[in-house]
Amino acid sequence: MKNILFATVLGLTTAASVQAADFKPAVVYDKAGKFDKSFNEAAFEGVKKFQKDFGVEVKEVEPTNEAQVEQGLVKLARRGSNPIVAVGFSQANAVATAAEKFPETQFTLIDMVVDKPNVRSIVFKEHEGSFLVGALAAMKSGTGKVGFIGGMDIPLIRKFGCGFEQGAKYVNPKAEVFSNMIGSTGAAFNNPGKANELAKSQIDSGADVLFAAAGSSGSGVYQAAKDRHKYAIGVDSNQNYIHPGTMLTSMVKRIDVAAYNTWKAAKDGKWASGVEVLGLAENGVDWALDENNRDLVTPEMETKVNQIKADIIAGKITVHDYMSDNSCNY
Amino acid sequence: MIETILLTLDATLRVSTPLIFAAFAGMFSERSGVIDISLEGKMLAAAFAAAAVAYTTESAWLGLGAAILVSISLAMLHGVACITFRGNQVVSGVAINILAAGLTMSLGLSWFKQGGQTPLLPDEARFTSIEFPFAEALRDVPVIGGLYSELLSGHNILVYMAFLMVPLAWWILFRTRYGLRLRAVGENPKAVDTAGISVIRLRYSALVFAGVLCGLAGTYISAAHNAQFVRDMTAGQGFIALAALIFGKWRPFPVLGACLLFGLLDAVAVRLQGTELPGIGVIPVQFIEAMPYILTVVLLAGFFGKAVAPKAIGVPYVKER
Repeated sequence: MKNILFATVLGLTTAASVQAADFKPAVVYDKAGKFDKSFNEAAFEGVKKFQKDFGVEVKEVEPTNEAQVEQGLVKLARRGSNPIVAVGFSQANAVATAAEKFPETQFTLIDMVVDKPNVRSIVFKEHEGSFLVGALAAMKSGTGKVGFIGGMDIPLIRKFGCGFEQGAKYVNPKAEVFSNMIGSTGAAFNNPGKANELAKSQIDSGADVLFAAAGSSGSGVYQAAKDRHKYAIGVDSNQNYIHPGTMLTSMVKRIDVAAYNTWKAAKDGKWASGVEVLGLAENGVDWALDENNRDLVTPEMETKVNQIKADIIAGKITVHDYMSDNSCNY
Repeated sequence: MIETILLTLDATLRVSTPLIFAAFAGMFSERSGVIDISLEGKMLAAAFAAAAVAYTTESAWLGLGAAILVSISLAMLHGVACITFRGNQVVSGVAINILAAGLTMSLGLSWFKQGGQTPLLPDEARFTSIEFPFAEALRDVPVIGGLYSELLSGHNILVYMAFLMVPLAWWILFRTRYGLRLRAVGENPKAVDTAGISVIRLRYSALVFAGVLCGLAGTYISAAHNAQFVRDMTAGQGFIALAALIFGKWRPFPVLGACLLFGLLDAVAVRLQGTELPGIGVIPVQFIEAMPYILTVVLLAGFFGKAVAPKAIGVPYVKER
């Protein structure tokens, strides 16, 4: 009797684990970490939502250095995780290697394109979202001067800056747009002190709305804006809550939706490789309006931005993509 | 033009403050004959302690106290390893740097659950800027007004402490009996020992000074200049301070000068970025980033001649029987 019972229990647990083994989603964050209040945290939002909606555990790996990224991907693949979402451009090489080693595993790479039969690459039209917040910045600015502060000096980050500049100039052709980069290595995404100094220097030159695309370093920019009573614009996640009253808006990148959809598609057996580009039309990027910045955005501004948004979607405004020719000539 | 210069100098003060604290920490330690590679680690740990305690207690001063305590403990660890047990001072320093990088991250993760960062500090929990009396009123007075209200006023208290600490440190090192003994122990510990003064105790006391100053530097980074701890946020400033210490040949005012020079370079670099210079065009970010290092090498190699370290530096003291 006892044996039978034991066998049944054993049988049940095996059955359960087989079922769970069928679908083991996973995510590898990039070095900035899960709680950067920005890019990675957006992915984490997707993880939370997916776990809540489907009751499936999403395995998470938080690498702290370059070497751990590939190890993390390989380890997850070896343990049968599938699909694996890799967050961040810096994981491209690691994903390419891991995808070759594990041709059966499905990888989804966010923010960069890797051409492999088992990789789905999701990229965003950051220039479109940045255009919108650039337009907002120019509308809000009293001095006609706005600033952009990027993290690491790479084309992807310049893409934000270029879109921002176009948006600001669209609203106010005479607008002056300052642009600074924090550094040329990955450490630039973790250096709020330098970001703070850059922000203060732009403010000293007259900028009164600052847009940061700098991961964890962004907090330095938001702090400088708050201390000097100017406005800042958040990035990737909705960061309006950080300093209500001085955060004008945020350029939201729906990494949460992208990650969520990838797992959902895989769960329904609909996951496909290839490149997916998410822009304003696909709700992949947007500007954020909530109770934290409601008072900063006048109804006229709101109407105008939404008009611009509609125009971009309709193709009436074309936003130049920095990465298409590595220059910001539009 | 004058406005730009003033603003650049203003930024220089902000950027050099942690360098000054850290370089003087290194000066106390190295003048006593103990190499201090662990400036970076002590600053990082202090920055974390300051942000964590300031956030929980909502008091910047308690944060500062905690930072100093943590920094002193690490300095004592260094002392035990390389004064008492005569270990290699460089190895011990590197170990402390690694310990600080890992420990701040792990503790931050488990305490605040924000990926190794601390939550943002509210204004009550950080050292905010102090406006001098009449700063606003005097702003429009030519030259002096700008100097007073832009350059002197409007910094947080730690900046002023850094600049007041310099003459104080000079006085301690060069005008007191304790300072004379401290310098002697870095040059010729045997002579000090022969005079009946404990080499061990002197070196430990020097490390306490180093701990206090690194604690101030760390607090400045996380609870004054910024308003939260982010992992690895010291970003190599401990090593720049070490370079400034060598650059200034272990002497207080030249070291202050070196710190200000590095700070100025940083401040200028921030302002040069993206602006077009006549005849050169836009200078790339990468070049500007490399500037302080290039300048250090060029100046050290070409203009300032040999930097001679205290003679007994790096050598554990063994009392002969």
